[in-house]
Amino acid sequence: MSETEIIGLSAARAAAEIAAGELAAEELFEAYRARAAGHIAGEGLNCFTWVAQEGTGEGTAAPLGGVPLAVKDLFCTEGVPSQSGSKILEGYLPPYTATAVSRLTSAGASLLGKTNQDEFAMGSSNENSAYGPVLNPWNRARVPGGSSGGSAAAVAAGLAPWALGTDTGGSIRQPAALCGIVGLKPTYGAVSRYGMIAFASSLDQAGPLARDVTDAALMLHYLVGRDERDATSLGFPEEIALPSAERLDGIRLGVPKELTAGSSGADGEGIEAGVLDAFEAALGRAEELGAEIVRSVQLPHAPHALAAYYVLAPAEASSNLARFDGVRYGLRAEDPKDLLDMYTRTRHEGFGAEVKRRIMLGTYALSSGYYDAYYGRAQRVRTKIAEDFRAAFAEVDFIVTPTAPTVAFELGEKTGDPLQMYLNDYCTVPMSLAGIPAISIPCGLSEGLPVGLQIAGPAFSENRLLDAAHALERELGFDGSQARL
Amino acid sequence: MRAVIDCDEVLHVARLARLQLDEDELEPMARELSAVLDHIATIAQLDLEDVAPTTHVVADAMPTHPKLRADEPRDSLPREVALAQAPAVSEGGFSVPSPQA
Repeated sequence: MSETEIIGLSAARAAAEIAAGELAAEELFEAYRARAAGHIAGEGLNCFTWVAQEGTGEGTAAPLGGVPLAVKDLFCTEGVPSQSGSKILEGYLPPYTATAVSRLTSAGASLLGKTNQDEFAMGSSNENSAYGPVLNPWNRARVPGGSSGGSAAAVAAGLAPWALGTDTGGSIRQPAALCGIVGLKPTYGAVSRYGMIAFASSLDQAGPLARDVTDAALMLHYLVGRDERDATSLGFPEEIALPSAERLDGIRLGVPKELTAGSSGADGEGIEAGVLDAFEAALGRAEELGAEIVRSVQLPHAPHALAAYYVLAPAEASSNLARFDGVRYGLRAEDPKDLLDMYTRTRHEGFGAEVKRRIMLGTYALSSGYYDAYYGRAQRVRTKIAEDFRAAFAEVDFIVTPTAPTVAFELGEKTGDPLQMYLNDYCTVPMSLAGIPAISIPCGLSEGLPVGLQIAGPAFSENRLLDAAHALERELGFDGSQARL
Repeated sequence: MRAVIDCDEVLHVARLARLQLDEDELEPMARELSAVLDHIATIAQLDLEDVAPTTHVVADAMPTHPKLRADEPRDSLPREVALAQAPAVSEGGFSVPSPQA
């Protein structure tokens, strides 16, 4: 097989070729390793922060038979740098491996590299990394989205067959949308968080970034499961199957007006016209497959999701990031004059601007006198948002929205205004707060850049969700090959 | 709900968070936090009187809450492994500067 043919294989296809003896795992690994090695340390798309010298899964009879896997930097990987995009963890070598990673490598996946990300997963553009921004393979003047921007760009550019990411408020789905690939955020609790460097523990979920829905399902199949090392993990009530649906007969797709309103102008709220056009065209194709579009469905509290999220996520982050103090691992400021000086200077030198902002916001929201007004209220809003979705799912099978309000924007375009940046997550944050699964699939182009369609279902509906996404993916026939370098 | 945070309050919160902020970081931080807090203030208008706060958003809605594992002692990281990444170590423990200079 030529390199172009090898790189053109999906992960599922590559595993099948290896199992059939048509492709050597070493050859597959080397094809990707050589490509990935050109996109590290500020070179190329800057997708990777570390690339393996050789594969680990070769020769195994395991089902994933040595297929290379890119892993977001915030997953701890034993003896391999795990820096979560932060200077404070520069060179950190964890003593253990995250469950999500070890479940995939146990199934035969081979660690290809660690991918660049927004620092501690805080960002929607991958511009908050201490290791430099990742570039979008569709247009290198544009962002790949974030925070799993390195994972998304690597998959879109054919530098990895698939990648592991994490999603707190949209960090798998939004970069998948902006890079023209598939990204799935599973039900909260379906996948263990053990060994993920924590951002917001009640929201963080690991999930696949893949070239197609079948690959996403294949990875999820091995990812899910209860883990007693993560007290919030629930496991999954059934096996994740590979999707096969080709039709959407009888499927009711709810289009909530709260998350699909057009942009009204300069305030940055609402969905831009080109994105809405691609979204509506995709709904038309869904109808042709037999789906019914239901526009009366309501999520009355969804417009408050972003506000609640920007209390809850920073509050949890301010607590989680207290561990970075220069004592046990990571950076320590030089010549501290006393303990407090060591803490404050280590954190000053080690954290980037956005991380500091969120720690400040979270600390403020949890501080004496403000807790009830902010954190307490936000947790109640969260309850209402989850109730809204449950009520909606009594009427429809899935909720559909654009994944992101815009296509990939220019590097530097939104870095000066945190609130504008946060609005990228407007359509993805409600599902995160509700803990429900949601997938983004590419549904077309606007201004020559990919648009993502988000499909969300009730907790643990992943098999149905993947089937619906599979049927739509076939119908839409999105071709992402032009982004492959 | 107050929606504006000034430089003095920024300094106070920074102290709570063990963050050192440079003088030229204070005003931008106050401005950016105020903008976000202003957006967040919209949830103050909602009637949430009888609404229970979320704990585990998925398990909260499950008919039977999954059981936690038994809390039994078990082996953890060996001491030398736990200390391997520490910036400073002495006498088998993490070494830190004195609390008072």
